[in-house]
Amino acid sequence: MRVAIIGAGITGAACARLLARAGYDVTVVERGAVAGGTSASCEGNLLVSDKTPGPELDLAVDASVRWPLVARELHDELGPGFPSIEFEPKGGLVVSMTPEGAEPLRAFAASQRAVGIHAREIATDDALELEPHLSREITAAVHYPQDAQVQPVVAVEALLASARRAGARVMTSTEVVGSLHDAGGRMAGVSTSRGDVHADLVVNAAGPWAGEVAGALGLSLPVLPRRGMVLVTTRMPHRVFRKVYDADYVGATQSGDADLQTSTVVESTAAGTVLIGSSRQRVGFDDRLDVDVIREIATKSLRLFPFLEDMQVLRTYGGFRPYMPDHLPVIGADPRVPGLYHVTGHEGAGIGLSVSSAEILLALMNGTTPPLDPAPFAIDRPTLTPHLQEVAS
Amino acid sequence: MTDILVIGAGPAGLAAAAAARRRGATVRVIDSAERTGGQYWRHLPESRPAGREAVLHHQWNTYQSLRQALEFDPGCTIDTETQVWAVERRADGTLRVNLASGDVDGTRATESVVPDRLILATGAHDRALPVPGWTLPGVFTAGAAQAMAKGERIAVGDRVVVAGSGPFLFPVTASLGQAGARVVGVFEASRPSRMARHWLARPWELAGASHKVSELAGYVAHHVRGRVPYRTGYGVVEIHGTARVEAVTVARLDADWAPVLGTERRIDCDAVCLGHGFTPRLELAVAAGCELTDERFVRVDGEQRTSVDGVFAAGEITAIGGVDLALAEGEIAGWVAAGGSTADAPVRSARRARDRFTRFAERIATAHRIGASWSSWLQDDTIVCRCEEVDAGTLNRVAESTASVGLRSLKLTTRAGLGLCQGRICGRTVEQLLAGASGCTAFADGTTTDRRPIAAPLRIGDLARAPQSTETSPHQIP
Ligand SMILES: Cc1cc2nc3c(=O)[nH]c(=O)nc-3n(C[C@H](O)[C@H](O)[C@H](O)COP(=O)(O)OP(=O)(O)OC[C@H]3O[C@@H](n4cnc5c(N)ncnc54)[C@H](O)[C@@H]3O)c2cc1C
Ligand SMILES: Cc1cc2nc3c(=O)[nH]c(=O)nc-3n(C[C@H](O)[C@H](O)[C@H](O)COP(=O)(O)OP(=O)(O)OC[C@H]3O[C@@H](n4cnc5c(N)ncnc54)[C@H](O)[C@@H]3O)c2cc1C
Repeated sequence: MRVAIIGAGITGAACARLLARAGYDVTVVERGAVAGGTSASCEGNLLVSDKTPGPELDLAVDASVRWPLVARELHDELGPGFPSIEFEPKGGLVVSMTPEGAEPLRAFAASQRAVGIHAREIATDDALELEPHLSREITAAVHYPQDAQVQPVVAVEALLASARRAGARVMTSTEVVGSLHDAGGRMAGVSTSRGDVHADLVVNAAGPWAGEVAGALGLSLPVLPRRGMVLVTTRMPHRVFRKVYDADYVGATQSGDADLQTSTVVESTAAGTVLIGSSRQRVGFDDRLDVDVIREIATKSLRLFPFLEDMQVLRTYGGFRPYMPDHLPVIGADPRVPGLYHVTGHEGAGIGLSVSSAEILLALMNGTTPPLDPAPFAIDRPTLTPHLQEVAS
Repeated sequence: MTDILVIGAGPAGLAAAAAARRRGATVRVIDSAERTGGQYWRHLPESRPAGREAVLHHQWNTYQSLRQALEFDPGCTIDTETQVWAVERRADGTLRVNLASGDVDGTRATESVVPDRLILATGAHDRALPVPGWTLPGVFTAGAAQAMAKGERIAVGDRVVVAGSGPFLFPVTASLGQAGARVVGVFEASRPSRMARHWLARPWELAGASHKVSELAGYVAHHVRGRVPYRTGYGVVEIHGTARVEAVTVARLDADWAPVLGTERRIDCDAVCLGHGFTPRLELAVAAGCELTDERFVRVDGEQRTSVDGVFAAGEITAIGGVDLALAEGEIAGWVAAGGSTADAPVRSARRARDRFTRFAERIATAHRIGASWSSWLQDDTIVCRCEEVDAGTLNRVAESTASVGLRSLKLTTRAGLGLCQGRICGRTVEQLLAGASGCTAFADGTTTDRRPIAAPLRIGDLARAPQSTETSPHQIP
């Protein structure tokens, strides 16, 4: 069975690896370079802590079990000469910074515990022991040992290197511009800027551009970009040991600006820099620098870690989270065209969710039982149908 | 009145400011350095006058008169120790320039301005190609050695080897001599035939640039008088030493700069100066949205306009042509930005000078172009990116194992260019080596190392207090 995968971000790479290892004849078609899209413009957090009980959290829990295995397999397969994906099961610490913020955080953690998440409420003193440089002003803290991190770009390259070893082909600088169909209307491949790629099955894994790609294939898919910016500091001795988040996304503290929201995540990387994220903004694919946005990220990071005041910002980068109107990814067959699948719309969690999304895809293609119920991610779920109109042909 | 912001107080920026004032605009000049003068007019602080500046600096009078004209002019503000750390392109098409001023180690004041016109005169960094052993103490870029000699009167060593390419090796050698060092050899990588072809062809074009030629001839005479051996078609291919530089190996280079086996020779020395041309400081121009040329300088038209409305560029960010070209371009940029035209009589001579020195710059570029095979003198453990300590072997190994053809990914998998200098120093070299290792001519992700939205590191505390977009300094001139 020949499969064409559109997009070589983390999603396309994870799918390519799994399908190739399962015996599919895989071709990845990428418009630019591997890991040139969102997967190179994000943080590599693998989180359960930020997710409300529901299908996305279920997927995240599945992923949190898979990542350590995948990391080990990649290391063993690619050897020490390949750069490390820097998988670190370092755990996360979510803290509230206001008296009003404490209760919503505790309630949120309790709701997660009810579905089996390790969300350990700890005393603020204990939190300060885990993170000695954290602000003394914290009012509540929850420790999430399941949270982990990878270096996302190396992860994409490693997944694809592994896919190639299993026989996958990767075409870069090749843009998908249309679809090929057989006489019965089934997908028969894609047409690209470099000629036709014939395939029995086609997977749209084009991240925030998956809507455009669907359009090129003659369909609509309501994927939209949500911009996010991250700050990177100069190297410093390790002073942030876990992933530390401000719980303001949980509670009532919403940014006054409806369009710009920032929720603070601070983490150290293996290289010694600190990443400070991130913002959420609906500005289409506008990639211009906006100092107001990075100023707000900086301001909020000081609330968490006052010592950052004297640290230097070295660079800033941003990407476009692919999101669906109902904020759940789409994983599965498109009932409108036999042979077409979508795996996209993971918003701010696509790195983490990639390995489990790929497992669901593989099971759906094989006709076997997926690791978790795929129905909530189906494209024809009730919450998405109002947004899906067939493109008049 | 037109309100002009000039970024860079080197020859180009100062000439631009003076011309804009003559044409009636109000001007503010920003430079991150402690003193005006740029790369070229490096000098001792006023508190330590040396009295010999005129000897050490060509065109010292030009500097003095530009400076005096501007410093005592109420229509001009000069802010040194002020850095542009970001340029924003706003929805209404204007540019917002974000400044931080004061001691870089302390709390800095931040400010944002939206000028009517912007003149970019940010100059260039001097470039040194990596050589095995080049991270040893005692190895300097030619520019750094020159700066120490001119600005601090310190010679980098007693027995100094100068190597690289381009006419800039001459003034460096001369300054080293004046600061008391003995230059034991100057090694120019370009071969005599190539230099002759480009320097001696069409001599009439150089007619007007004769003082430049005689300046160079003066340097050559100095070499002969001082018996400094000057070899063309040679390069330093390895630097030796344990705690610091003790010797170098020089070798003949072929036309592509690959060392010729069997021609190696060891020379004892205690310092090495490397200069292989310049890299324009493009981050602000890129942030402003200015188009670049194929050679990756800022593209300007005959009036020094960039592709962005209201933004002009002058000096080494448009071409490497020495101080005369920078002065001429600056004068035109300032005059036109203030509402003048290149047809106006006051800038006629600047226009002629620019045309002449542009041809001079083109000759430098072709006669001293970096040879395609220079990397054959590298060893696996030669550091390429000094900030992150990434060596040549790592670049090759990672490029091969990932098979990546994207610069963004290659940088993040090798960490080359991700350090403190953000690729300012090593970027072009990293790009060349990675492209070579991955076998691509252009990276598939279309990125380069020229994009740096944060143009200079900024304390998070200062960023947190940076003005909001609604708080923009109305007008900078009293
Ligand atoms: C600031 C920020 C922080 C984030 N932090 C995290 C985090 O900590 N943890 C986490 O899990 N997630 C995070 N995310 C989200 C995560 O980055 C994304 O969900 C994920 O990268 C999406 O991966 P993808 O492979 O689906 O898309 P992409 O990586 O965007 O890949 C899509 C690919 O498709 C290609 N393509 C597009 N059109 C075509 C075409 N016509 N033909 C061929 N190819 C095409 C593109 O070039 C691109 O390479 C963050 C995102 C942002 C912006
Ligand atoms: C060491 C050395 C010796 C040289 N010797 C000779 C010689 O003998 N003869 C000759 O003709 N030419 C010589 N040159 C070349 C000559 O110096 C240049 O041609 C000339 O300085 C270019 O002028 P410029 O104004 O374009 O740039 P520069 O003189 O480089 O000035 C640029 C200015 O912009 C400022 N700047 C840049 N970015 C920012 C920012 N983000 N915020 C604030 N300020 C910023 C810098 O601090 C700098 O002062 C030499 C160059 C060097 C480096």
